[in-house]
Amino acid sequence: MTTLSWGAEAWAEVRLSLDHCIKCTVCETACPVAAVTGLFPGPKTVGPQAERFRAGEHSPDLSVDYCSGCGICSRVCPQEVRIAELNSRARAELKRERGIPLRDQLVARPGLLGRTGRPVAPLFNWAMANPLIRYLGEKTVGIHRKAPVPKSVGRTFSYWVSHHRSVPRERRVVYFHGCSTQWYEPHVGQKVVAILEHNGFQVVAPRQDCCGLPLQSNGIFDAARQAATRLARQLSVSGTEELPIIASSTSCGLMMKREAREILGADTAELRSVSSRTYDIFEFLLELHQRGELRTDFKPVPLTVAYHAPCQQQNQLIGKPALEVLRLIPGLRLLELDRSCCGIAGTYGVKREKYDIAMQVGEPLFADILAAGPDLVACDSETCRWQISGATGATSVHPLEILHRAYGGS
Amino acid sequence: MATLDTDVLVIGGGSTGAGVAWDSALRGLHVTLVDRQDFATGTSGRFHGLLHSGGRYAVKDPSSARECASENRILRQVAADCIEDTGGLFVSVPEDDQEYPDRFLRSCRGAEMEVEEIPVAEALRLEPLLNPRITRAFRVSDGSIDSWKTVSALLRGAQAHGARVLPYHKVVRVVRQGDRVQGAVLEDQRTGEQVTVTAACTVNAAGAWSGQVAALAGCEVGVMPGKGVMVAINHRLANSVVNRCHLPGDGDIIVPVRTVCVIGTTDHPVADPDDTEPRPEEIHQMMEAGEALIPGFKYTRAVRAWAGSRPLLPKAKSGAVADDREVTRSHSVLDHEERDGVAGLVTVAGGKFTTLRLMAEDTVDMVTRKLGRELACQTKTEPLPGSESHRYYWVGNRQEEAEADEPDDPLICECELVSQQDLQTVVARRPAWNLDDIRRALRVGMGPCQGGFCAFRVAGILHAQQRYDRPEANRALRDFVQERWKGVKLVSWGHQARQDRLDRWIFEGVYDLEHLPE
Repeated sequence: MTTLSWGAEAWAEVRLSLDHCIKCTVCETACPVAAVTGLFPGPKTVGPQAERFRAGEHSPDLSVDYCSGCGICSRVCPQEVRIAELNSRARAELKRERGIPLRDQLVARPGLLGRTGRPVAPLFNWAMANPLIRYLGEKTVGIHRKAPVPKSVGRTFSYWVSHHRSVPRERRVVYFHGCSTQWYEPHVGQKVVAILEHNGFQVVAPRQDCCGLPLQSNGIFDAARQAATRLARQLSVSGTEELPIIASSTSCGLMMKREAREILGADTAELRSVSSRTYDIFEFLLELHQRGELRTDFKPVPLTVAYHAPCQQQNQLIGKPALEVLRLIPGLRLLELDRSCCGIAGTYGVKREKYDIAMQVGEPLFADILAAGPDLVACDSETCRWQISGATGATSVHPLEILHRAYGGS
Repeated sequence: MATLDTDVLVIGGGSTGAGVAWDSALRGLHVTLVDRQDFATGTSGRFHGLLHSGGRYAVKDPSSARECASENRILRQVAADCIEDTGGLFVSVPEDDQEYPDRFLRSCRGAEMEVEEIPVAEALRLEPLLNPRITRAFRVSDGSIDSWKTVSALLRGAQAHGARVLPYHKVVRVVRQGDRVQGAVLEDQRTGEQVTVTAACTVNAAGAWSGQVAALAGCEVGVMPGKGVMVAINHRLANSVVNRCHLPGDGDIIVPVRTVCVIGTTDHPVADPDDTEPRPEEIHQMMEAGEALIPGFKYTRAVRAWAGSRPLLPKAKSGAVADDREVTRSHSVLDHEERDGVAGLVTVAGGKFTTLRLMAEDTVDMVTRKLGRELACQTKTEPLPGSESHRYYWVGNRQEEAEADEPDDPLICECELVSQQDLQTVVARRPAWNLDDIRRALRVGMGPCQGGFCAFRVAGILHAQQRYDRPEANRALRDFVQERWKGVKLVSWGHQARQDRLDRWIFEGVYDLEHLPE
């Protein structure tokens, strides 16, 4: 029985993929969550198997809530079962029945937190670093006291970009910066603009809100669908309808590329167009390089950088373009961290009951980082960077910050 | 040779025989039930699982429809634990006779069925994969019923009232003293030992095989086996029973039963009720027929195909029978004393799973009259073991239970969520002669992989616990897997072909199944 409003065709396609499962168990051996906790029975069990038992008025299984949504299962499945998508939908159904806790409502809305924190950034940052307040936050709201929380900044990215003088150019791109750049890491966006301008592009950065990904991963599908649809509209500024859209947040990029349609069943002409034009920043830069159009006037960067490709970047099935582009930089000692997941999975690892699981999931990665002792850790996803820094004390940056430095930026 | 004495000997451990045993035992008769195999391995274990509302028979066979409607209501009370309240839809597609739905509605009301026409949009909301071109839709009280669970509950109930049940006991001779049947000689199919059961009355409840049993007593019953082919699809494409609203034909019912949905069926007269091998063209016909109800049906994953033999009794129509569906689906209780001058033998024939209780009532009414013991039937109100709370089962129950299971109780059948503890419980209740017995009790091996990942676990566990010695474990594994493959090879295309190759690689490539030492 369909109880969520839903793009029926998109869902039918996802659900029918359960028939592809031949029980081979590849997903179960690759799942980073099932490897560390018995609370999650594993992607095959919770995905194509449990789906056969789901019918009627209520969800028969609660354990699907322990799926982190990292999407590794869908990626490794040799039969193309849409396991993570099945789980995401089942989790939304569960949340619909049981109600969505305040905590999940909060963490699902980065813009809300960003707007609240920004005018009082120093106070907000002090509060987030205060053990007593964090203790109370864990007890009352359910956000783990040790969970990584970003620092609020006084000036947003959109403020900066509205004051930024861009030179009109023939080649233009649209920049989809995402919430973390807007509220917490405007410097990432500034560097994206600088890199693109250095390569001869004019950057259009329209006003934009959340893509809905945290809403989706917290099972709040209706609001997530609205958010994705609204963002697609915002990114379709008149006169830019044919331009590439560059995303620097890898998970938000994936949302626009695929997940909004395939998981949420959102379907508008604007969204379809945006999906077809969205590029991960390094995917775009690597393509430029392959056409001989990327400027390579690099200065040596004499640093050791350990690179971690986040799950949502890997799920774009574009390889590791950041690694390939950074390899062009002279003097850079680049280590590839060959681990699957850092554990945070967006907002999963900040939750009281899931923090320990997330930390255990990330343990092999953290151990590699600590053993390597790099100057910097580079990772395309903001929440993963926060998790890695929180767990290891290492400074983590977006790989484009390294590229920016190679181009002579500070 | 051992001799057992009983009031009523019931031959046939399908739904009919089990129903007769339950009814007799409740009335206070001592009953012994025998089957040549395990229980519910014949027609009962090979049907689509439909608890009829009566809608299917409403226009052409109103008396059957009326019986179904009334028995449906009773079974929902007394056998709730064996039933899933899926509800049913009758839908008319543009290719169907558009006059039929009005006749259907009138006939349903005439048969005192619960029927309600619903807007097409509502039907599509209930079942999103349904053909969007449907023109009319009716809601009826179809359900799905688990045959093994039902037969098992009937037998457990009968045993609790003193009944004796003997699986794997084949009737080799009917004992006749002059014009009187006095019981039968049975052969234990596992040991070869013989046993004589003497009975005041013998009930031939062998369904499609009742002609063979009657022949042993020198009687004839004229049961005509009608083969029906079914195909199970990997998951429930619909959560209601979906029927085409037209004169009953082939492949026009899709029944969600447990984790699969089953499309059926055909109706083809056969000489031998054991002729249950579906032909490729019949399977193709089912897959094509499903398209009318659920577009894309033929591209979905079929996990298995099989056939069953209906016990049809051509009594109502005169002359040659052109189509099995011309035969009424009602049942008859045949008094061989009256028909053939042979006392002590009663045959119950015809009928269908939905009317099993009524068939038993009519049969035992005759038995008690013959025995001169007027005892009232109690099966209309007495719940079966497990159904005391009158709660239906639900497809999600096993998932809920699996969630609650102890973490150290591993799943041995992942498709149907059977834990090691479930296996222990079942083998403790009744020794399993083979893995197929365990399958019927637990649904082990009935999911997408058809035994690929559970068969070796079950055999291994039973061997480790010394319930099977090594040759027994090897034989049990081989027989089970090969039996599963019989049904898989018929649908081995697309996704199921991939599964089939993986399973064969496991059993032939890794275990070398053909050459396991015995």
